[in-house]
Amino acid sequence: MYAQMIKTASDGIKSRDEMSDEERTFQDKIDADIKIEPKDWMPEDYRRTLIRQIGQHAHSEVVGQLPEGNWITRAPTLERKAILLAKVQDEAGHGLYLYSAAETLGVSRDELVEMLLSGKMKYSSIFNYPTLNWADIGAVGWLVDGAAIINQVALQRTSYGPYSRAMIRICKEESFHARQGYHAIMAMAFGTPEQKKMAQDAVNRLWFPALMMFGPSDKDSVHSEQSMAWKIKIKTNDELRQQFVDQTVPQILYLGLDLPDPNIQWNEERGHYDFSDPDWSEFFNVIKGNGPCNTDRLAARRKAWDDGQWVRDGLLAHSRKKAAARMAAE
Amino acid sequence: MTRDDAFLQFLLRMGDNTLVLGHRVSEWCGHAPVLEEDIALANTALDLIGQTQMWLALAGEVQGDGKSADDLAFLRDAWDFRNALLVEVPNGDFGRTLMRQFLFDSWHKLMLERLKGSSDERVAAIAEKAVKEVTYHVERSRDTVIGLGDGTEESHARMQEALDYLWPYVGELFASDAVDAEMVAAGIAPDPASLRADYDAILTEVMAEATLSIPKSGFAHKGGRDGRMHTEHLGHLLTSMQWLQRAYPGARW
Ligand SMILES: [Fe+2]
Ligand SMILES: [Fe+2]
Ligand SMILES: [Fe+2]
Repeated sequence: MYAQMIKTASDGIKSRDEMSDEERTFQDKIDADIKIEPKDWMPEDYRRTLIRQIGQHAHSEVVGQLPEGNWITRAPTLERKAILLAKVQDEAGHGLYLYSAAETLGVSRDELVEMLLSGKMKYSSIFNYPTLNWADIGAVGWLVDGAAIINQVALQRTSYGPYSRAMIRICKEESFHARQGYHAIMAMAFGTPEQKKMAQDAVNRLWFPALMMFGPSDKDSVHSEQSMAWKIKIKTNDELRQQFVDQTVPQILYLGLDLPDPNIQWNEERGHYDFSDPDWSEFFNVIKGNGPCNTDRLAARRKAWDDGQWVRDGLLAHSRKKAAARMAAE
Repeated sequence: MTRDDAFLQFLLRMGDNTLVLGHRVSEWCGHAPVLEEDIALANTALDLIGQTQMWLALAGEVQGDGKSADDLAFLRDAWDFRNALLVEVPNGDFGRTLMRQFLFDSWHKLMLERLKGSSDERVAAIAEKAVKEVTYHVERSRDTVIGLGDGTEESHARMQEALDYLWPYVGELFASDAVDAEMVAAGIAPDPASLRADYDAILTEVMAEATLSIPKSGFAHKGGRDGRMHTEHLGHLLTSMQWLQRAYPGARW
């Protein structure tokens, strides 16, 4: 999802016999759905896996500002501009909650940002695709936030307390994101022929990248098993992807748009839609840095960070001076 | 000039200020020095666009030819814009953006406080709502100007440079003309010149705390409020802002 292909530090799950007493107590808590809190004992691998997952999720919220920000200055009405601003402001706020949740695991926000900028940590592959016409903004809210919601609703039950609480808070705001996106694209799908063309173009381009958000298929997802046992992950990639397809296909049909995949078909027996796999070689390429926007996105974040250095330094220097003055006065 | 003509001009001045500044601030989205600033800038832009919707909707109403706030925002050319030049200058670095914000916010708050007592209750109602948001904007821009002015050597130099660059655009906010005289006579809005003393007092105090010097020159660029001569920058801003409405006339979004 916003966190894809999270490596667990070790492979294979330990059996109860192989576990130490601490590990057994820890696993018992998880099995009993008792949340793990920052001060509780936790396996080092659990901590590291969570830092990767929450960090990647936080980075995704932050980098995710860029494709939508790309259209803020060109929003076609004051109302749409205001809605988009409110949404992007929320996403930055999600980044903040998530960095705070990660900090409870003993890593600072600055360290995480440093790892993003140096390429050591990733963000969701979806944000390496461009937003090329105004309908993309609708499609991002509807499909990308829609996919994120499916994952995040599941993650409300995740075993780590601060992460679970961040997800609960975030999910409250996410439904507005998906709704505004669907309304924006609806206005276009039911609008002029040119607008409908934009809507179709957006769905065609963003459909498979949205499916990729859930990560590789279960059979190729090497790190899932331990994460499921630790309840860092709640549902498998394929389960979540199917849920997304089942929810979204009727919406595409309602909009009167062509389905973006000729193999989408209701399967009576399974009670689900069948659909084509995304091109996984493309996915792995994007993850490796070869997506259409990887270089530009990272460059934009680096520039923001570097250009902002004097601002952060200046504000810090000022607050130190003030603190020193207060001390002297006491 | 009839009273309604003057009233329309006044409303466009208010609404175009918030529209153009809101647009400028929104250009920062995703590029701020720190995540908290991304949030604060988006929030400021959002408030300004919300205020634009109110001012321009009222302008359309007063104009009486069925134009919506969107028609006014997206379908006028540069010469019909009535914002002060200050808000259309490019963002520059973060320091200039926040300095411009402070210079504008300080004026904006004084203006809105007075407009709360407007004889036109629609104006008073907009001011009442907007002043709450602007009180927060000015607190924040003031703190940032002080923090960066009295920060490091580099941040101080950048803030002084920003103030020097923007200073010639401040005077226009307080220039009075026939439109203002008509608004004063109708009890709708104050004479902008009457806000200057309070403004100068605020600036003197804040710049002293920021260890910045207010330029001595009293020279003021003008031409935005009356549309006589905008900067070259406004046309570029409108090019992106109005693109979709211009390229697909009549479409509903
Ligand atoms: Fe989000
Ligand atoms: Fe969202
Ligand atoms: Fe606000």
